[in-house]
Amino acid sequence: MKESSSVIDELEFWRWREYNRIIEGKHWTNKDIITAGVDVGSVGSKAAIMVNGEAYSWGVTRTGSNSPESASKALGLALLGTGLKVSDLKYTVGTGYGRVNVPMANKAITEIACHAKGANYIWGPSVRTVLDVGGQDIKAIRSDETGRVVSFLMNDKCAAGTGRGMEVFADLMKIPIEEIGAISLKVDEEPPPVSCTCVAFAKTEAIGLLRKGWSKEKVLAAYTRAMAVRMANLINRVGLEKELVITGGQSKNIGIVSRIEVVLGVKCLPMPNWREKGLDPMVAGAFGAALFGKALYEKAQKT
Amino acid sequence: MITLGLDLGTQRVKTVILKDSAVVSRGQAFSGFDAAKAAEEAITEALSEANLNRQDIVYSVATGSSMENAPQTDSNISMMGADAKAGVFFFPKARTIIDIGAEEARAIKCDEKGVMMDFVINERCAAGAGAFIESMARALEVKLEDMGPLSLKAERASPINASCVIFGESDVVTLIHRQESKPEIARAVFDAMADRISSMVHRLGINPDVVLIGGVAKDVGFLASLKRKLGVEILIPEFPDYAGALGAALAAAARAKEAQK
Repeated sequence: MKESSSVIDELEFWRWREYNRIIEGKHWTNKDIITAGVDVGSVGSKAAIMVNGEAYSWGVTRTGSNSPESASKALGLALLGTGLKVSDLKYTVGTGYGRVNVPMANKAITEIACHAKGANYIWGPSVRTVLDVGGQDIKAIRSDETGRVVSFLMNDKCAAGTGRGMEVFADLMKIPIEEIGAISLKVDEEPPPVSCTCVAFAKTEAIGLLRKGWSKEKVLAAYTRAMAVRMANLINRVGLEKELVITGGQSKNIGIVSRIEVVLGVKCLPMPNWREKGLDPMVAGAFGAALFGKALYEKAQKT
Repeated sequence: MITLGLDLGTQRVKTVILKDSAVVSRGQAFSGFDAAKAAEEAITEALSEANLNRQDIVYSVATGSSMENAPQTDSNISMMGADAKAGVFFFPKARTIIDIGAEEARAIKCDEKGVMMDFVINERCAAGAGAFIESMARALEVKLEDMGPLSLKAERASPINASCVIFGESDVVTLIHRQESKPEIARAVFDAMADRISSMVHRLGINPDVVLIGGVAKDVGFLASLKRKLGVEILIPEFPDYAGALGAALAAAARAKEAQK
């Protein structure tokens, strides 16, 4: 039995799914405008391929210590099984934290512009506020009906509320990160949120609460609530205008999303069914980048 | 007259016994999850070192983040108030006191009597406190007490995202994989922390003399970085980690005198 417990200790609870997808029923020919967006985030790298401005395929992988390699890996996943080669891409836009290190990109555009554009593509023109919860920062973005950025605020240089902070908690609790949101909702009533927002201190506080006899569910509920309040504050500061959507890895955390809705008193637009046929909100930045790629390619053709 | 000051910090409880304005003994214990128990241990240690009994203590004052858990003390004093008293006791010309503990950092402006005039605080972010150095030492696989001397060997600092403990840890691991030198990484850790503290102190204004107290004041690496950032001389008392407890003991002496009148 000792052996099996040591195996559990070594499990990587923070690790989330790396995958690729090709949208069924879509095809490409050499006459089509095929563009790519590559979003190298601090934690995840995402690449999307668009055919004439319509989503065609994408890939999601973890960012390694080498940004150009991570960009190539994500793009490789997006191209996998499509029959497309890098040379078939008419225009590629790099975005995200590592956007200047995307070797195959024709241009780099900030992830703020790309997320607004991508959210507009995924959910449509009614989107006005986008909360992008990335691995290393949280951004609240206001956009117009075309997906253009009107204003934004960002909380950077602090892990509290970010995907990376959630990974630290997944490891601490020994609960797979993809289940953490649902587990945090398994409480009869919402406990008071943890008092501190720094992830390093929250860890210490969580250990103290577990020793006091709190269940993992209850500790997670308290932490998730504190993070949701932090995100809601950022949204309120930028000014909430409906419709609200959440992009980035934490858009998949039902514990976060449902608590933000409670704190703000508004519903987000429904999450696409990304596990089956829907578009993945984690890839929003890459979709936006690929759309910019199409516009830039068309502009270049005219001149 | 014998008085006792008790500082219940997040990591350690410290106590100082004073006799007519002179320190006679000190005691400390890890706070753990029971601050009251740790306080008892620290007091017992200080009493036995001074060859005194509980009854000899005329007045006792508690301070620190867990001061409400203090057992058997006569009253409390704010951490800022205790810091100001201790700073001016050590160095009569002190007007700016910087106190950096395990989980909190603060800067206090005070007058010549050791009365607090104004303060700024960096709370609830580990990147501006001792916990940051501890985490980075763990990531570097270096003993905490070796971090300072190690950093002094570096000519430059490695680039790290040292504004957050969680991100800093990942950065340090990446730098180790890239085989960057440990002294340069250690120096980057102290430089980043000094940056944070410096901007905090600048919000208050820097009035010499500047005194650094708290457990982090014992770290030569941090001191070097902070001197570079602030560009002023920084004074450090002999036992900087006991400054809060000493300030509380000084307050106890003053309050006991007041009561005797």
